[in-house]
Amino acid sequence: MRELSSSPPPLRGRVRGVGTVLEQSVPAVRSGPLFARWSRIRRNRQALLFCYIALAPVLALFFYVRVIPIIESVALSFYRWDLIRPLKPFIGLRNYTDLLGDENFRLALENTLIYSVATVVVSTLLALPLAVFLARRGWVAAVYQTIYFLPVITPLVPMAIAWRWIYDYTYGLLNYALSFFGIPAVPWLTSPDIALWAIIIMSVWKGLGYNLILFLVGIRNIPESYLEAASLDGASPWQRFRHVTLPLLKPILLYVLVTATINSFNVFTQVYVMTLGSQASPGQALRVLVFDIWQNGFQFHKMGYGSAEAMMLTFLVLGFTLIQFRLVRSQEE
Amino acid sequence: MRRKRKSVGARLLTAGGFALFAFGLGLSAFQPRTADFDAMFWPQVLLPQAPTLANYSGVFETAPFGRFFANSVGMSLVATLSVMVTSLLAGAVFAKYRFPGRTALFGLIIATAIVPFESYMIPLYLQLNAIGWINTYQGIVLPTLFMSFGIFLMRQHVASAIPTDYLEAARIDGASEWWILIRVIAPLSVSAFSAIGIFAFIQAWAAFIWPLLIANDQLLFNMEVGLTAFQFKFSTDFGKLMAGSVISTLPMLIVFLILRRRIIESVALTGIKG
Repeated sequence: MRELSSSPPPLRGRVRGVGTVLEQSVPAVRSGPLFARWSRIRRNRQALLFCYIALAPVLALFFYVRVIPIIESVALSFYRWDLIRPLKPFIGLRNYTDLLGDENFRLALENTLIYSVATVVVSTLLALPLAVFLARRGWVAAVYQTIYFLPVITPLVPMAIAWRWIYDYTYGLLNYALSFFGIPAVPWLTSPDIALWAIIIMSVWKGLGYNLILFLVGIRNIPESYLEAASLDGASPWQRFRHVTLPLLKPILLYVLVTATINSFNVFTQVYVMTLGSQASPGQALRVLVFDIWQNGFQFHKMGYGSAEAMMLTFLVLGFTLIQFRLVRSQEE
Repeated sequence: MRRKRKSVGARLLTAGGFALFAFGLGLSAFQPRTADFDAMFWPQVLLPQAPTLANYSGVFETAPFGRFFANSVGMSLVATLSVMVTSLLAGAVFAKYRFPGRTALFGLIIATAIVPFESYMIPLYLQLNAIGWINTYQGIVLPTLFMSFGIFLMRQHVASAIPTDYLEAARIDGASEWWILIRVIAPLSVSAFSAIGIFAFIQAWAAFIWPLLIANDQLLFNMEVGLTAFQFKFSTDFGKLMAGSVISTLPMLIVFLILRRRIIESVALTGIKG
């Protein structure tokens, strides 16, 4: 017993030499009888072999469906390649410079940026007060949590179809409701400018519950005594929120912002289901980045050009993520 | 006291409003089929004059929705199983073993998770085209067989919740590494497993852009692509479209209602997104 309690703290994985493969709670036996050492070496060989055999199928899959396509996507973006033609000339940055002058790309970029900023900001501004409001309300919060989380968990296509119906010009619920107030019918989905906002509203509805749950966790982790102390000092509810809750919620807030931003850039399904016409005519569709990539790649068969556009999407996502990570770090300091 | 009760009532009312979509969606599917658009009109939707189940049965006759549904169930189950197996294998290895390349590989798995799928779907399509997997089941499920987040979650779980002493004890008793993985690590990871499984299933069920790209044959459509195609084809028959939507939503609703607490907890703890 005595020996155990006085033994040094475990050196996890820091033992060099024969005992490196297995993570050990006690330091590896490095000397001792020859047999013990030999069996440990054999054990480590087996473990090493196990590691690679266990990882092999996972890594094969991972490289095939993700790493290789990502590398290939970077490479393709430097080529002009129209699937049907055998020629595949290297054109350097031409695809990228062409993109900058492409009206469709600019429109798609603009719509995607408006969509992203609006959904992220609106859903955060709605979820945060809702979470503050619900945080200390037992079963009511549970009921709300369930109701708001329902859209998060349900598949997007049937929800988009339901919303398409709500937004319908002639028969939609929204225009029907507005008619009671004497407001003329609004072409929610057929006018591109309005359609963008109609889709933003739908997406906020879809993602709100997710943000709500994360905020609820963050607020519930704030010790009640902090807020009590603030109210004893005469702080108003707003002051308590502004000076106690909000600063302590910053890490969660930033996490929500990062995930919401990443998820918002690849918007496609709602747009495709809600704005594409019966004949799948692309003219009416609301142009967003993924839609444009899809069209360039799979309708016009411009694989290189589409890949360059896909790279732009990646840069955007990475850029926003890096900016937000920076923010997290500067907040922590 | 009175004020408080009133506010609870008011909140429940708004909550009810929020749930109206699902409700209206379900009800509209009980509308009798009409040539004109009357069935889509809201007052009639909420109070169908002659409720009928014909849309639900009709949906299976007009389009192969039974087939779509079976495809969705099958492919989602395969994806779930695969994600669970790959997460266990990689998660356990990354958590409990040290070997050359460990940090780099794990870092690569996490880093590439940020890259949106849509930005490398073109080369993936070309890759599968080269091996003739376009328009096949295996091609459709392939990208859903692997989930970075599952590996991450499993690694965290195994590293923090399973003491290395357990593995050591099994080794001293002469257990092989495979035996340890299956008989020690797996049974102790049920909670992580269920979280990973639920989200893999939800993700695979909702898969849209990839099946839309590579499934040309109607018989290979999943529920989501089938519904979309159906919408474009029969956009006048709203009753049936809604019946299809309800059928597609139902499995998720059932999963959610049964595992509500567990799902919300795992979202809260891990920030995983369905």
